[in-house]
Amino acid sequence: MIQEETKKATYTIPVGPIHPALKEPVRLALTVDGEEIVDADVFVGQVHRGIEWLGMNRNNPIQSIYLAERICGICNICHPFSFVMAVEHAAGITPPPRAEYIRAITAEMERIHSHLLWAGVAAHEIGFDTVFYRTWQVREEIMDLIEYVTGNRVTKAMFQIGGVRRDITEEQYPRIRQSLDYYKNIFDHLKKVFLEDKTIQMRTRNVGVLTKEDALKLLTCGPSGRASGVPKDVRQDQPYGAYADMDIVAMTPDMVTGTVVGDVYDRIIVRLLEVKQAVEIIEECLEKMPPGPLLAQPKTAVLLKTLTKAEGEGVGRAEAPRGEVVHYVRMESGQSTLATWKVRAPTYVNLMCVPTILKGMQIADVPITFASLDPCMSCTNRVVVTDRAADRKSVIDYEELHRLSVEKTRELAS
Amino acid sequence: MERLTPQAIIDSFKKELGDGFVGGSVYEREVGVKKNTFRSLWVEVKKSAFRDAVEHICHLQEYPHLAIISSSDLGSEVELIYHFTIYYGYHLEELSLGLRVKLPKSDLKIPTITDFIPGAIFTERETQEMMGVEVVGIPDSRRLFLPEDFPEGAYPWRKDEKGPPKDMLRVLPGREPK
Repeated sequence: MIQEETKKATYTIPVGPIHPALKEPVRLALTVDGEEIVDADVFVGQVHRGIEWLGMNRNNPIQSIYLAERICGICNICHPFSFVMAVEHAAGITPPPRAEYIRAITAEMERIHSHLLWAGVAAHEIGFDTVFYRTWQVREEIMDLIEYVTGNRVTKAMFQIGGVRRDITEEQYPRIRQSLDYYKNIFDHLKKVFLEDKTIQMRTRNVGVLTKEDALKLLTCGPSGRASGVPKDVRQDQPYGAYADMDIVAMTPDMVTGTVVGDVYDRIIVRLLEVKQAVEIIEECLEKMPPGPLLAQPKTAVLLKTLTKAEGEGVGRAEAPRGEVVHYVRMESGQSTLATWKVRAPTYVNLMCVPTILKGMQIADVPITFASLDPCMSCTNRVVVTDRAADRKSVIDYEELHRLSVEKTRELAS
Repeated sequence: MERLTPQAIIDSFKKELGDGFVGGSVYEREVGVKKNTFRSLWVEVKKSAFRDAVEHICHLQEYPHLAIISSSDLGSEVELIYHFTIYYGYHLEELSLGLRVKLPKSDLKIPTITDFIPGAIFTERETQEMMGVEVVGIPDSRRLFLPEDFPEGAYPWRKDEKGPPKDMLRVLPGREPK
């Protein structure tokens, strides 16, 4: 029956107004009984750009690094990270140790900025805009640091097959440490703002609960999985690069509260803890960074020749801010493009738990619940609502949904 | 649950599947300055033993994590690799397990595994629309990423005549589609 409804609903997609805080379009179809959500369905594909196809039919592997960087505007370190690992694995190239450390540092910087971005969006979704501005102000510090280290705020172009393209020198350490100290000093303040505020607690405690069993069955990964008590983190379980030299522990909410509920509040805890953890990892990397070259093969033409001759397959797995990114490549000798390229972004699996976490919630809870997964396509700018009791369908746009959410916060707070 | 070594896992597949087992290998490499080992496993099975193999993985790990199904067009056959990870949650213990199965182009059918792993649904739907492999018994066979107006019977990842129609490919001015 739901299948039937969603089929009709497909014709009501208008690519809606895009909200500056959200990234990509995705559509949800919710079946509601009055205010309560009884079923939900997710539609993806509005921004499918055929990137894998380009990597298999047009680009050589070095060109594909830049394509991999553009899969996502936020995860533009972990996608090329995983991609170059997969190609290195297939072609038998080992990056020098110094490059591994620089890779880890940039990946952790990305985690800090992504989690803070998310925290701001989450505050905005419940209508707490002062916290939204404050969090994004705090985030500027890491953006400046990223620009200082890589030369760019967004696409950093740090990765090359067999190493990295830019060094982090001793002279840069004081500036990096200054930013890290800033985050260490402000951590308690952030924790207080997000975890002790009554309104935030009311809007997030017991909202969008995902049990451990459901998380395991629906393959939920990353902070959303860890918030449900699944201690799965690639940096801990199957460490790659510089992470293999460190003892990383997967963050779970019971480290702060003693229990695992698996709700939105727990997802906030996990992400805050990971910001702190990322700062510590960068410090450790700076301390232990070995000297040496940055690239296994500095000459691009020679590298390209090696890659064209390479035969084999490889898997690259990296822990992105949202969960595990997996790239699979297959290379055939004499072929300039990749024979197969398959990308798995964390949101791909995390979206499968959306119907589970939305069931039983109210429409006003949709923005924060959906955003709590930090979906890479968090633009719920069009949601189709089917009122089962009244037997009618209507399309709620993002602004309307956001207004409902803000009203709920005001009601609770007054 | 007791955690087996990579070689013991391959032996257990051989024992469990008998004739259905085609081959297996362990890939190891050193990572980082401390030279810890990064391990992954590759197991190939016959199509007839495929579901038994997935069931066996569910015995090795209560809830195996299925990352993705990758598919390659090898000419006369299509190769599917189910990328599992097992033994997660412990420092340096996790193993990647690629379960490989080859299907002849004359019979592109594979049974669903959503009864073992409900979260396999997205990747099965994607394999179906992108590679044209029919997933038998899939609970929801709608398209996942492709738009409704994409032609029926054309599959973007195929490299034969069933690939995307040439008139759909747009290239830079002055170039020919590859």
